[in-house]
Amino acid sequence: MADTAEGATKGPGSDPSRRDFIYIAAITAAAGGAAALAWPFIDQMNPSADTLALASTEFDLTKVADGQQVTLKWRGKPLFVRNRTPAEIQKAVADDGAAMKDPQKDADRVKPGKAQWLVLIGSCTHLGCVPTFGGGDYGGWFCPCHGSHYDTSGRIRKGPAPLNLAVPEYEFLSDTKVKIG
Amino acid sequence: MSGHSTYQPKTGIERWLDARLPIVRLGYDSFVDYPTPRNLNYWWTFGGILSLCLASQLITGIILVMHYTPSADHAFASVEHIMRDVNYGWLIRYMHANGASMFFIAVYVHMLRGLYYGSYKAPREVLWILGCVIYLLMMATAFMGYVLPWGQMSFHGAVVITNLFGALPIVGPSITTWLWGGFAVDNATLNRFFSLHYLLPFMIAGVVILHIWALHVVGQNNPTGVEPKSKADTLPFTPYATVKDGFAMSVFLILFATFVFYLPNALGHADNYVEANPLVTPAHIVPEWYFLPFYAILRAVPDKLMGVLAMFGAIACLFALPWLDTSKVRSMRYRPTAKLYFIIFVVACCILGLCGAKLPDDPVLGHFKTFTLGDADLNSFVWLSRFASLYYFAFFLVILPVLGLVEKTLPVPDSIASPALSHPAAAPEQATAAPEMKG
Repeated sequence: MADTAEGATKGPGSDPSRRDFIYIAAITAAAGGAAALAWPFIDQMNPSADTLALASTEFDLTKVADGQQVTLKWRGKPLFVRNRTPAEIQKAVADDGAAMKDPQKDADRVKPGKAQWLVLIGSCTHLGCVPTFGGGDYGGWFCPCHGSHYDTSGRIRKGPAPLNLAVPEYEFLSDTKVKIG
Repeated sequence: MSGHSTYQPKTGIERWLDARLPIVRLGYDSFVDYPTPRNLNYWWTFGGILSLCLASQLITGIILVMHYTPSADHAFASVEHIMRDVNYGWLIRYMHANGASMFFIAVYVHMLRGLYYGSYKAPREVLWILGCVIYLLMMATAFMGYVLPWGQMSFHGAVVITNLFGALPIVGPSITTWLWGGFAVDNATLNRFFSLHYLLPFMIAGVVILHIWALHVVGQNNPTGVEPKSKADTLPFTPYATVKDGFAMSVFLILFATFVFYLPNALGHADNYVEANPLVTPAHIVPEWYFLPFYAILRAVPDKLMGVLAMFGAIACLFALPWLDTSKVRSMRYRPTAKLYFIIFVVACCILGLCGAKLPDDPVLGHFKTFTLGDADLNSFVWLSRFASLYYFAFFLVILPVLGLVEKTLPVPDSIASPALSHPAAAPEQATAAPEMKG
């Protein structure tokens, strides 16, 4: 044993730089193996195949009376479909020029000619709670978790939330039916 | 402190085992002959109380898992099944739930003890940092445990806490999706939180072993902050500290039992008796009391990322504490100015806790409006929590570093034995002090 060890360091075929290369190659291969093993253990926590099979949903707008809001569950989160009153629309449009964190015109948040229908993902852009309608300082939504206020267009006006309530992708299939997602 | 072993195997069996696995020797050196400063007061009993809390949570937790179903469809009902059908299920569930609160009461006292007596200062920095790691693990564990009953607070607490990571730039959304295992908090989230809530306490137990190891290398601090110099300064752990810790644990258990039997829901939130509803956040959502001060700091900042950074920064300050305090005097007993700022710090923490429990726009005093400063009225809890948060950070980042340089400290005793035996209060009792010398 001792002889071999000595021979390995002092023998003619034992160039130290080549020995170093073997060490580096072995460590690199082991690190690569460890990373390849670690990835599945981490990635198993990402959404599974059945969770990724997300559907779109259709909704009949005749179910929503004037000034009413219906909350649907879509992709595990609440979706607000709000039938706005003319006063709410007016207020939202009047505030288009106000100082906002996330400036957006009311017209950009609804479909053309359908200002009455506001479709929003009902998840506060701060830390994800569901804002309640009617509680805030701006006639829109108030998030009870950390006190964010949204206006009648679902735009952030006060509090820690950084963005307006998100508008999902949706389209009108007919005058009374929307397809969300 | 951990000198050479004084263990003397007496019986043949002990000698036989000692030559093969000296486990009795380890136990003897750690918990019998281990020298403890003779002047430790009752603030030093909370380490033992915390071990008791950890053991209590582990045992009641393992029992609860025998009856609990970690599925979004059955979790809430299975906890009610534990309450109504399982023999003594109500007792074990209340012990586990209130046990978490007791654990945090004890850990906060333990940490403030360390803060006051300078137990984080050289050579105890590693001991302190390991304690901070345990504290982080405790918070993560308590959070995931609270999610399991799948009530309203469970669900929306899970949404908020996991979204904290979503505030990070670029990687944030991927991390929250990864934590959730989907696009919202759902069954996949509950399922993995159950697994991790089972795992983390064993990690805590592992770090506790390191914590005790580090303690036994550097030795215990004491109210004077003076290191033991001679044998007169210390007493063996058993029976002196063992009995004293045992007495403190018994008193603590009276408090614990009072909550379990007479006030089992006083520290919880009524909304967690409402099953989780992803479509409605309760109007009076409030975190568990032991998270309130950090929640108040998060909410004091009117910006998402900055709020999250401030909250985590509040804990990061604890980790950096050994290098922020520049004073050469260890115990605040001899630091009159620091003592004053320390008391204000404790009050500020309590105020933060109070602010966390209130709505941000609610008035603090009376119902009158003063004037609007920034985004809120000055007479509101959001402004009070801003002042308290400011003090919290100032204490660590400004007051402690500066005080170490400018404070005029009181004379520190030469040794532990001198104040312990010549303390005015101890003077008439020299007769009782004498037998202790035998140890």
